[in-house]
Amino acid sequence: MNLTQLSAFETAQKIRSGEVKAIEIVQSALAQIKKVDGVSGSLEPGLLSPEEEKKVHAFIQLTEDLAIRQAEKVDWMIANGEEPGLLAGVPLSVKDIFCVEGTNTTAASKIIANFVPPYTATAVERLTAAGALVLGKVNLDEFTFGSSNESSAFQPATNNPWQTEYVPGGSSGGSAASVAAQEVALSLGTDTGGSIRQPAAFCGVVGMKPSYGRVSRLGLIAFASSLDCPGPVARDVRDAALMLQVMAGNDPKDSTSSTKPVDNYLAALEQDVKGLRIGLSPDYEALYYPDMESGELYSQPIQKEVHDAVLQAAEWLAKAGAEIIENVPLPNTRYGIPTYFVISRVEAASNLHRFDGVKYGYRTPEDVGDLIELYRRSRAEGFGLEPKLRILMGMYVSAAEHASAYYQKALKVRSMIRNDFDQVFDPHGEHQLDALLTPTTATTAFKRKAVYGNSVLMQYSDQMTVTSNHAGVPALTLPGGLDENGLPIGIQLIGNDFREDMILRIGNAYEQITADEAWRKVRPQVLQGEVIA
Amino acid sequence: MKDYEVIIGLETHIQLNTETKIFCSCKADSWEADPNTNICPVCSGLPGVLPVLNAEAVRKGAILAAAMHAHINPKSYFDRKNYFYPDLPKGYQISQFDEPIGKGGYMDLPMENGETRHVRIHNLHLEEDAGKTKTEHGMRLLDYNRCGVPLVEMVTEPDLRSGDEAAQYLIRLRQLLRWIGVSEADMERGHLRCDANVSIRERGSTILNTKTEIKNVNSIESVRQAIGEEAKRQIELVESGGKVESFTLDWDADSGKLKKMRSKETEADYRYFREPDLLPVVLTPEEIAQIQAGLPELPLARRERFEKDYQLSGYDAEILTSERSLSDYYENAVKAYAGEAKAVANWMMNDLSRMLNDLGKNADELNLKPDDLAEIITMVDQGKINAATGKNLLKKVEESGKSPAKIVEEENLGLIDDSDALRTQIEAILASAPDEVANFRAGKESLLGWFVGQVMRSSGGKADPKRTREILLDLLRKE
Repeated sequence: MNLTQLSAFETAQKIRSGEVKAIEIVQSALAQIKKVDGVSGSLEPGLLSPEEEKKVHAFIQLTEDLAIRQAEKVDWMIANGEEPGLLAGVPLSVKDIFCVEGTNTTAASKIIANFVPPYTATAVERLTAAGALVLGKVNLDEFTFGSSNESSAFQPATNNPWQTEYVPGGSSGGSAASVAAQEVALSLGTDTGGSIRQPAAFCGVVGMKPSYGRVSRLGLIAFASSLDCPGPVARDVRDAALMLQVMAGNDPKDSTSSTKPVDNYLAALEQDVKGLRIGLSPDYEALYYPDMESGELYSQPIQKEVHDAVLQAAEWLAKAGAEIIENVPLPNTRYGIPTYFVISRVEAASNLHRFDGVKYGYRTPEDVGDLIELYRRSRAEGFGLEPKLRILMGMYVSAAEHASAYYQKALKVRSMIRNDFDQVFDPHGEHQLDALLTPTTATTAFKRKAVYGNSVLMQYSDQMTVTSNHAGVPALTLPGGLDENGLPIGIQLIGNDFREDMILRIGNAYEQITADEAWRKVRPQVLQGEVIA
Repeated sequence: MKDYEVIIGLETHIQLNTETKIFCSCKADSWEADPNTNICPVCSGLPGVLPVLNAEAVRKGAILAAAMHAHINPKSYFDRKNYFYPDLPKGYQISQFDEPIGKGGYMDLPMENGETRHVRIHNLHLEEDAGKTKTEHGMRLLDYNRCGVPLVEMVTEPDLRSGDEAAQYLIRLRQLLRWIGVSEADMERGHLRCDANVSIRERGSTILNTKTEIKNVNSIESVRQAIGEEAKRQIELVESGGKVESFTLDWDADSGKLKKMRSKETEADYRYFREPDLLPVVLTPEEIAQIQAGLPELPLARRERFEKDYQLSGYDAEILTSERSLSDYYENAVKAYAGEAKAVANWMMNDLSRMLNDLGKNADELNLKPDDLAEIITMVDQGKINAATGKNLLKKVEESGKSPAKIVEEENLGLIDDSDALRTQIEAILASAPDEVANFRAGKESLLGWFVGQVMRSSGGKADPKRTREILLDLLRKE
């Protein structure tokens, strides 16, 4: 039996029954990591051998000792008849933007490469309290700023396990790749504009952005505080539900976390989709770019195979008894990215102020006599390109003379986007949707270096996902087939506020319907040659 | 020289006396703590942490707003004020901007000439304090203990007209803050800090000229002096054909001099935006009503009432309302006392005040309760004890905690009103002083006082002075 193929659900069952020991899970995961991951990301990577180019490189840091300690605790609990938790013995990776006490937390940036937090993020704490084993911290775009993982200061950046010359997406690229490559069963990611869903789609796994406030942000190094959502990356819907179940719920230390009771997500999976109203929207069929000069929008249809996958999914769901509502208007979707460009960067610039070379993290080694010079040099040398671009933009659009034209306007558009969702989910409205079905991304994964450097184009890969961050609603991405190059396609379900149960239920039904599809049997490149149990 | 008028607005920072800091559970007060020993990941700005609002800071801010007659905002917001400084660990200060907890308001300031200066409040908002920076041995040293201490920033309109008025405002504000219990308002400890905006104009004009800002005027005397100096400087400058430029001045209290800090040509852009880590601060109409109803009678109103109800002089009323527990003490003693309220005031203004000073206590901390004071005054009125005994009794009650009546009884302090016993005692004294008796009888009647003193001494002060005098005269003139 290859333990790394087990889902989180199955792993916990086998641990509970005593069939497998948690320590064996750690060993099998470490063996798999050794086999497929290659060298870990570092600030001084040196040249890579052609062999290393074909590795996943999901991890920045392995936390072997921590995982072993946690496994021993789980095994001890089992041996002593104690309740080990829902995720007993489940191998987990954590995006390196979450603080874990006593381990380096780098945000994939040179500026806090040496930061060891004295506390653990609430989400991580809840996962480990439920028996999960933290195998390591995984790579991401620097400070989560990106959609390809390439902006990480820790190189090599993560590759797509399906085809390693492609990007895994981002910013939770390490999370999605580590789950797809079976290095872990679950990964904790964050989603600010699509940072869980886009890489999950690119890597052919399940990813969920919960409602804003459903999972505590405490211990998450903030990108854009009003948009950031921690969430699960998993290989199937049931695992995502299980992981969310453990993490969700009020945290008194995060004022923005919801006090709403948490639904029973696993129970929701038992229900079918009969009679559910699932919407399709023409506003999710094309990308809209503003012209740099005139500001006029021009559009470009999304990749045909992706669009077809959405229609195919709708057909299957209809066959299973769901009611498909076509032509649902969400007219402000096209403004999602420009709005995000402004809001997220204003918050990011402010959130990055604390990295100033004074208290912790990187400080210029130059002997500077002047305080301003200390700031300038420490930040110039410590931050990579992407944070610098975001700071510049954030400072510009929130400056007194520009704020009303940009920041204040963006806030208005954000509420219009929110209003779009209010309309379609309104139980007394015209559409009365239970969920929206859309593509997760406009295209499948792109090649390394193909987009990196074009900050605007990179950002537009989030157009299908960013609207749910603006609105705060939950969204789930599911594998929806493969394109002609054999790269995964992602389809997305968007639900109403705190209706994670609803989109998980539909997602689970879709998974069952498509269980026997040929594309479900195809394995990522890095797993080929592996015996399937 | 033209006739100039000085226009002053004050910006005060008031440290609220909450138990803990505004966004974390560190103690708010770290006066005696070593640098950087009263800090946590939240107030020292580590990555990944989040602020949690201290409800007590909101409540105290709202109480202050109510006491300043301000509009209490039912929904206020926190904003980020972004700037870089080493003692600001997050690189932004969590403050309030366009929707602060209190808007408007005023304080009617009584002035020495009997008029009232109506000082309007522009706004009043909650914020976190920054840390402290000091330079020593060529190094910049940082202490984050003060980071996150809850402050109210309160800004007046330019309604004050002299250094004296500004000083008066601070005195009244300090009194009010302690009165309503929201701040210790100890200026030496930085609980009440002040910056002053100063400009001048020809009297009668209504325009506002360019102002300068004086930082760090952190004592009543500094405010008075610094504003005086700056007004003088501006007037001399304008008189000699110069123009006042906008800059920031630092007041050096030791040398009594103003020092130019920096030009304020361009206002800093703090890029304010809503703090996304906190929810709006909502106060329900019930909560606001409760805060307003819970507000005690304010010192100036009480002063006026004391003058009217108790026929006190302005001076006495002022002293007796200088501090809330003292004025409560006074009213309680007046209630327990059947005689004139003025009599209680006299006792309090003299002996009780001295006792409070000596003990360093507030009136509400005394063992000597208002009822005890009333009882002592009543005993003196009724001739049960003399005034000197009464004054001593104050101390004895305070020290022992026993009731005045009990001490009088135990120590046999009651006046000797048995005339026979007193007469015997006086006869003995006269017998022992034949020379003085002879002199008196020879016409030196001023010696009577000396005889009274002798009797008092030998009786341990218990002889009734009136009776003593009568017996003495009777015996001396008998011959």
